[in-house]
Amino acid sequence: MQPKLLEVEGVTKSFGGVAALSNGRFALERGSVHALCGGNGAGKSTLLSIVMGIQARDSGIIRRNGAEVNFRSPREALASGISIIEQELSPVPAMSVAENIFLGREPLAGFGRIDFRSMNSMAQSLLDELHFDIDARTLMMNLNVAKLQLVEIAKALSYDAEIIIMDEPTSALGEAEADQLFAAIRTLKGKGKGIIYVSHRLSEIFQIADTFTVFRDGAFVDSGSMANVSREQLIQMIVGRPLKEEFIKTNTPGDETLLSVRGLNSTNNVRNVSFEVRRGEILAIFGLMGSGRSEIFERLFGLVEDRGGEVVLDGRRISLSSPAEAIGLGLAFVTEDRKGSGLVLSASVRDNICMAHLPFLSVGPVMSGRRESQSAREMIDKFRIKTASDRLEVAGLSGGNQQKVVLGKWFLTAPKVLLLDEPTRGVDVGAKREIYRVMSDFASAGGAVILISSETDEVVGMADRAVVMRDGRISGELSRTELSADRLVHLAA
Amino acid sequence: MEAKQTIAPGTEARGGGLKRRLAVYGQKYGILVALVLVCLVLAVANEYFLTARNITNVLRQTSINGILAVGMTFVILTRGIDLSVGSVVALAGIVAASLATTSSTAGVAGGPYPALLAIAVGLSVGMACGAVSGVVVSRFAVPAFVATLGMLSAARGLTLLYGGGRPVPELTPGFRVIGTGEVAGIPVLVIIFAVVFLIAWWVLSATRFGRHVYAAGGNPHAAVVSGINVRRIRFLVYVISGGLAGLAGMMLAARTGSALPQAGIAYELDAIAAVVIGGTSLAGGVGRVTGTLIGALLISVVNNGLDLMGVESYYQQVIKGVLIVAAVMLDQARHRRE
Repeated sequence: MQPKLLEVEGVTKSFGGVAALSNGRFALERGSVHALCGGNGAGKSTLLSIVMGIQARDSGIIRRNGAEVNFRSPREALASGISIIEQELSPVPAMSVAENIFLGREPLAGFGRIDFRSMNSMAQSLLDELHFDIDARTLMMNLNVAKLQLVEIAKALSYDAEIIIMDEPTSALGEAEADQLFAAIRTLKGKGKGIIYVSHRLSEIFQIADTFTVFRDGAFVDSGSMANVSREQLIQMIVGRPLKEEFIKTNTPGDETLLSVRGLNSTNNVRNVSFEVRRGEILAIFGLMGSGRSEIFERLFGLVEDRGGEVVLDGRRISLSSPAEAIGLGLAFVTEDRKGSGLVLSASVRDNICMAHLPFLSVGPVMSGRRESQSAREMIDKFRIKTASDRLEVAGLSGGNQQKVVLGKWFLTAPKVLLLDEPTRGVDVGAKREIYRVMSDFASAGGAVILISSETDEVVGMADRAVVMRDGRISGELSRTELSADRLVHLAA
Repeated sequence: MEAKQTIAPGTEARGGGLKRRLAVYGQKYGILVALVLVCLVLAVANEYFLTARNITNVLRQTSINGILAVGMTFVILTRGIDLSVGSVVALAGIVAASLATTSSTAGVAGGPYPALLAIAVGLSVGMACGAVSGVVVSRFAVPAFVATLGMLSAARGLTLLYGGGRPVPELTPGFRVIGTGEVAGIPVLVIIFAVVFLIAWWVLSATRFGRHVYAAGGNPHAAVVSGINVRRIRFLVYVISGGLAGLAGMMLAARTGSALPQAGIAYELDAIAAVVIGGTSLAGGVGRVTGTLIGALLISVVNNGLDLMGVESYYQQVIKGVLIVAAVMLDQARHRRE
């Protein structure tokens, strides 16, 4: 029998007496994709950083092609053919694809000059071999996120990597871009490489992985072949308790139109968008990355100036010239990029929760500390935010809890319409469910939810109706009975 | 730092609790501890250090840099920087002085005017300079470093143009009160600084504007989405910094008795040093004006101590340089641990 590409057994690691990993194990076969599953804090990241030699293990064995190894730095792991593609890519944007691939080991011509000609041709043949449609001379800043991922893969292979670890590679991708990535992964499999795939998106795991290992609370739960496990079983292993439904949906749309949008234009060629949403309704906006979904929200929230179109809220025509005005009218906007535009990471939980509601928490220009702390407490309780104190920096919270802080910030403003842009991205299965519950409850209480999502499952599971965007225009609308993944993807592409 | 304490429950059980707690306190109050230590050492080393006269002297020396540093704190909290304060000191000082001088050649015709009028004009000049920088930064998105570097040069040029390159001497006694007066033995300089500091502390910690400043610096995108007018905040912090630089300029002129066109050169560096030593992050959104106060005091105390011990002033500059870098290194070490 051929030795396994990578085998991990009984790895343990604790920080300050607290066990982060009590039994880390998995095995990766040649030419296969192995999914590492688990909620936030399950120990996946710790295990991967041990494999990569970033952290030292307390005990346990790691075997590479059957031989025991002990990497003390990522450099050693890389030399042994293990490469990681981090969740947050860090390209040098003003350099070309070829320069990025060969960063730090550029081929040289005489007198220390960089041999651009051979560097470009080496990079190009690498990309072509993988069937990536990318010109090696393009600047990184001109590529979309999916293409950046592909470049990272090419870079990993240029180090002769046999094992590629992908940590949430699709967290910034839409489904079409994700398909590009999956095609690349299949090519890699065909070449006998092994891929360790980490993702919260179960549908992807079922689409691409061959085997899986589940971790929970730092301990190994189970592993096996994807063919022998159902989605429900996998969720149950990850969450640790039976989960009847993945989605929670109890709202029923009313008859009264709450928000109506007619002929709205926005940036990036978003033109003539019309839709309406009723009280009690969850309307999904589905589309590929760059199809103009977020631009609709940006215009509705006054972040983009008026470019034509009519917005009617509660029977009254409104102009939306600033976020403050939009908030005053009862709109709330949970942005797609939690760290980039959702939270002030250096500020406390309390300050973040209060941020959009300051005029109501102050007397004249002076803040009322009592009202601030009451409001923060109220939202921490409502969303069950796990934090020892509301004065702690929000940066120290887990992704799911951070997202709940963002929701708390907006619920404090008592909104009528909730604009949610990819609200479940990067949060684990348990926290996802809570966010679905919040959406459903909000709609049931008479509010309207507009949900932007790239996940067809989520749209089918939660939406009462969906509009699909393509190239800045609405390409179709589907009622709840018509909703299906096929139809959504068909309209979007 | 509090986060680490509460989130990692295992640390106390491991022993080393006291040591760790000391380390945490040291990092949190490091600058204050350093200030107290330096004072203790000086008190032992030199019997003159703790006399009322010397303490008053140190506070007087801190006042002008302290006021500039308070304004600088607002700017740095929003991720900005104001390099122009030294030049604004000179411009506001000379304009105000020209209204409050008995000299017939250097004064404005019809003068001297009442001290309050001169002060109002001086403040306005400072705020106007700040407003120009503020507009350039907030509306035209010019990096603060560049915008205020331009103002540094322009305000200095205007100062020389205005006064023909000559000082404005013979200031009226009424105007000189803000530089040399005393109330119950406390110099007016120090009183003005104390009032400025207390107002700034209140504004940053207790008002809505203060929350806006921290949010705009911590994450401008998130602040905008939360309905905060970040442009307006960015504009206003430069007006505050400019106004305080104007005030400091007049205090300096009143103290020395004449306004000099070369006044305030390189003052921006001491102001930035006080802010940075005080723990305010140049990345914005994190910091306190109390830290700035301690930073400004530390600089003055160190200078004073070296003076008392007869150390050459050239060494003082070297030591100040070490102090600035050491303070930030301490801060970085703390961030890495977090």
